[in-house]
Amino acid sequence: MTSSATVGPAVSAGPTPAPRRKRRDRRKALEIAIFVGPALVVFLGFVILPVILAAVYSFFNLRAGFQWDDLGNPENFVAFDNYVRAFTTPEFLRAIGNNFLILGLSLVIQGPIAIVIALLLNRRLRGRSVYRLLIFVPYVLAEVTAGLAWKLLLPPTGGVNALLQSLGWEHPPAWLADPNFVVWTVFAILTWKYVGFAILLMLAGLQGVPDELSEAAAIDGASWWQVQWHITLPLLGPTIRIWAFLSIIGSLQLFDMVWITVAPAVRGIASETMATYMIQQGQFAGQPGYGSAIAVILFVISLIIALVYQRFALRRDLAGAVTDRGN
Amino acid sequence: MSTIERNAPGDSTVAIRTANPYAKRKDGFDWSQPFVYFIVLLVCAVAIGPVLYVIIGGFRTTGDINANPGGFPNPWVFDNYAAVLTTPRFWGNLFASVVLAVATTAGVVVLGIMAAYPLARYTFRGRQGLYTVFSAGLMFPLTVAALPLTLLLRELGMHGTYLGVIIPGIAFALPTTIVILVPFLRAIPQELEEAAAIDGASRIRFFWRIMLPLSMPGLITVGVLAFVASWNGYLLPLLVISTGSLPQELWPLPLGLTQFSTQYSQNTGAVLAYTSLAMIPALAFFLFAEKRIVGGLTGAVKG
Repeated sequence: MTSSATVGPAVSAGPTPAPRRKRRDRRKALEIAIFVGPALVVFLGFVILPVILAAVYSFFNLRAGFQWDDLGNPENFVAFDNYVRAFTTPEFLRAIGNNFLILGLSLVIQGPIAIVIALLLNRRLRGRSVYRLLIFVPYVLAEVTAGLAWKLLLPPTGGVNALLQSLGWEHPPAWLADPNFVVWTVFAILTWKYVGFAILLMLAGLQGVPDELSEAAAIDGASWWQVQWHITLPLLGPTIRIWAFLSIIGSLQLFDMVWITVAPAVRGIASETMATYMIQQGQFAGQPGYGSAIAVILFVISLIIALVYQRFALRRDLAGAVTDRGN
Repeated sequence: MSTIERNAPGDSTVAIRTANPYAKRKDGFDWSQPFVYFIVLLVCAVAIGPVLYVIIGGFRTTGDINANPGGFPNPWVFDNYAAVLTTPRFWGNLFASVVLAVATTAGVVVLGIMAAYPLARYTFRGRQGLYTVFSAGLMFPLTVAALPLTLLLRELGMHGTYLGVIIPGIAFALPTTIVILVPFLRAIPQELEEAAAIDGASRIRFFWRIMLPLSMPGLITVGVLAFVASWNGYLLPLLVISTGSLPQELWPLPLGLTQFSTQYSQNTGAVLAYTSLAMIPALAFFLFAEKRIVGGLTGAVKG
């Protein structure tokens, strides 16, 4: 609009007769309804409604295959019992602990690995694009396929242990079957799967770091590591914070990899996550009410962490992406 | 670099005109470079090692694997791959995955661009609120909605059908799609729209003739994201398809693969073959569309 004023006489600025304008407004409203309507219906019906239903179900004691009428039966209403039960069940508390363990490990271990490798790959290397391609391969695979591949590699007498034995480790553990190791093993698999994506993000972020700064520092005699530490890394801040956000959310929602790689018996005593516990209880143990309470807890924890993180860490980068971008 | 040259033309700047000033030291050889190659190659080996193990393992007999789990095929056999490729099961699983991914992608792209257009280009009351509703969906993961969604689909008669996976798949991809597309559409210059209006084009016509072609890169990005999410999806098929009445031959790949691996857990060779065949479409798609996928993923994150 501003430009039309400078370029020449604005055509649309002229006064329009009232009835014509009214008709035009109605037509516009119709266009909006037709264009946004389908997406809105699908979104409200299959995203928002189920989440609201989860909150409703969480206050009831329901059996598998229950009817809508059951919600009207006061006998089934249990108020906060499902929540009390969740927070007094050691299995669920351990699941929360596992989620946060994976979350912390991801930030502390995957992040630095990804940054260092991205910095190395950002140097002039022969065949750089090939390395980038290969490192990204695990991320491309479905979590199920990747999980199954590792499940085939990691049995006590599998390929990994054969390799370790040939390297001199006589009795390597049963990685996915030993309750003491299983969470760490799952974390290692997740690192293998997702570090490529983190590297790629960091590389994309490095593109935004101007060469001039590091060149100037190099001329002033700074070593390669000094340049990375004092110049590149701070400028990579926004990318790192966004990656950390994705990593946090992913860790809290973790389901596929645990469900696929760990046998149910071992999972139950050692590697349950909030999501696997929820599906186990809500779907396969036939307790949709209790499962829904777990879903709500999972949602609230994720939401609080996401909001706090956005408020304090992402503020500078996004300045409230949810509110500002729509303007 | 150009600024340095402009500020100080001539003398010393020419010497540092390499993109990486550390590639070459004064003595002519940079000793850190072999170390860098070593680390990078090690990381690559760790990344693709397991994939290669699975692919190569598919060429071994189960007896051979049990006797020597870490070794190379001895002898090389093609029986596992041949067996998997000649069963209708693998092709049925593949077919199901293709149908689900294509339908979900088409739905996301069509509904997404339609919703994003007014949100980006029209001015009307409630626009901001509508946008917030969609973008709030980013905070609602499928995991949280999964249980009631399954029950809802049962009510709607969509439990156990492809539609029961496709429609929720579209719904959960919409927030990302709209959040990516709205700024994209908004960036298309207003002048174009005014010029089109002067030439007598309606807003709808403008949408078809100008907006759609110009927004192709954005549409491809969201399309690739939706396709990959659907192709890799496990939770939704697990809840909707595996507990329904569809035969295993028509389950999507991730589900079919896990089912196959439990059913034939004693026949490691066959499971390895099935797993590596299940990897191939994703790897091929990645090689084919690497730039799009990488650009889409990193672009989506950077906004």
